[in-house]
Amino acid sequence: MHLDPKTINDDTLTETGLAATSVADVSGRVLLLACGALAREILALTRLNGWSHLDLACLPAKLHNEPQKIPDAVRAKVRDARARGYTKVYVVYADCGTGGLLDKVCAEEGVERIEGPHCYSFFDGNEAFAERSEAGEITSFYLTDFLARQFDTLIWAGLGLNRHLDMPQMVFGNYEKIIYLAQTDDPILEAKARAAANRLGLAFEIRKTGYGDLAGFLATAAKE
Amino acid sequence: MANQDDEIILSELDDDELVLQMHDDLYDGLREEIEESVNILLGRDWAPYDVLTKALVEGMRIVGIDFRDGILFVPEVLLSANAMKAGMFILRPLLIATGAPRLGKMVIGTVKGDIHDIGKNLVSMMMEGAGFEVINLGINNSVEKYLDALESEKPDILGMSALLTTTMPYMKVVIDALKEKGIRDDYVVMVGGAPLNEEFGKAIGADAYCRDAAVAVETAKEFMFRKNNILAAGG
Repeated sequence: MHLDPKTINDDTLTETGLAATSVADVSGRVLLLACGALAREILALTRLNGWSHLDLACLPAKLHNEPQKIPDAVRAKVRDARARGYTKVYVVYADCGTGGLLDKVCAEEGVERIEGPHCYSFFDGNEAFAERSEAGEITSFYLTDFLARQFDTLIWAGLGLNRHLDMPQMVFGNYEKIIYLAQTDDPILEAKARAAANRLGLAFEIRKTGYGDLAGFLATAAKE
Repeated sequence: MANQDDEIILSELDDDELVLQMHDDLYDGLREEIEESVNILLGRDWAPYDVLTKALVEGMRIVGIDFRDGILFVPEVLLSANAMKAGMFILRPLLIATGAPRLGKMVIGTVKGDIHDIGKNLVSMMMEGAGFEVINLGINNSVEKYLDALESEKPDILGMSALLTTTMPYMKVVIDALKEKGIRDDYVVMVGGAPLNEEFGKAIGADAYCRDAAVAVETAKEFMFRKNNILAAGG
């Protein structure tokens, strides 16, 4: 993998995703097929661990707002990867609101995906996230590093909060808090997340999760 | 010739023009204009039920079609619904007072652990507009809350909504509780929410999965029609 997380553009990751690394001979290589919202984290982990045989392709992160499109988009990318010669493909998408349809696609295509209902969950650690939900943490809206950076595009404009003064209240009226699940220790991102909470009139909390269960999943993929 | 920018004086429009204007205003989510128009029609001795069906419900039907076809998106539909809500606020007591026809009764709520209510509220409003009495239980409803409401309200339909993959399985918990109590078949159970699908609806034992508010209304009408036919045949 030759991409540098510092050089990739967030708007591109949101709007168009990322084409698979163009390597002529993919034999022995593993393709990670991911949501654009996870690109930087995946690249950071692969660099950190020297997993140079892992390639990355991303679907646009804007599918976050239209999860019904994710299963077919993933299927198309998996087939495209197979056509390019990849025999090992891992899907780095949580269920992401597909209601089990993504799992069905993964089973049909013979690929494995990272466990969890949402990326918030696997960043926090699926077990811990489930426990917190069970304990009543249900009025929190989660931001990750990517969502903090792309709040204006994916949340504010993406959910149409900019269309009318009443929209933020209509969409976020039942929420009480923004919890920023921080993958990195970045004061600028923390300030952005805090500003997002202010804009929505919600309380703010930061939870430094690091990469959570993502690291383990990539390690499994790297062993292949 | 009138300038397109000329402000439309709603009270100067005749009934047909005003109703069409209300469809436009609903489409554009203009709450105050809808309130004004509803009052104008009532002032012209329109029956509240006619204002509801010919102006508001028909307007929302058009909104629903354009939502289904991908022309309108959730924010626009929400604003339209908000405008309709304002109209309904005026009409609701009048509808009750005038004994407007009721198609059936529905209890609806978002399941436990889930605070999302946009879709559920849209369904609630559209159902009400279509002539159903709707008891809206709000968000984060436990089995007990559903059961209590079913017992006290005795509805024809139970509606459950969820937006999260993690909360949608709770619908099965509620349906299983109904089965355990031997009251499952006393109600039509309709489910909906973004991550749900037809297959899930069947798997948990719901009577119908409804992909949007318009489908929910049509499905509910169909079930009530069937129920009434069965009752008529039996009686």
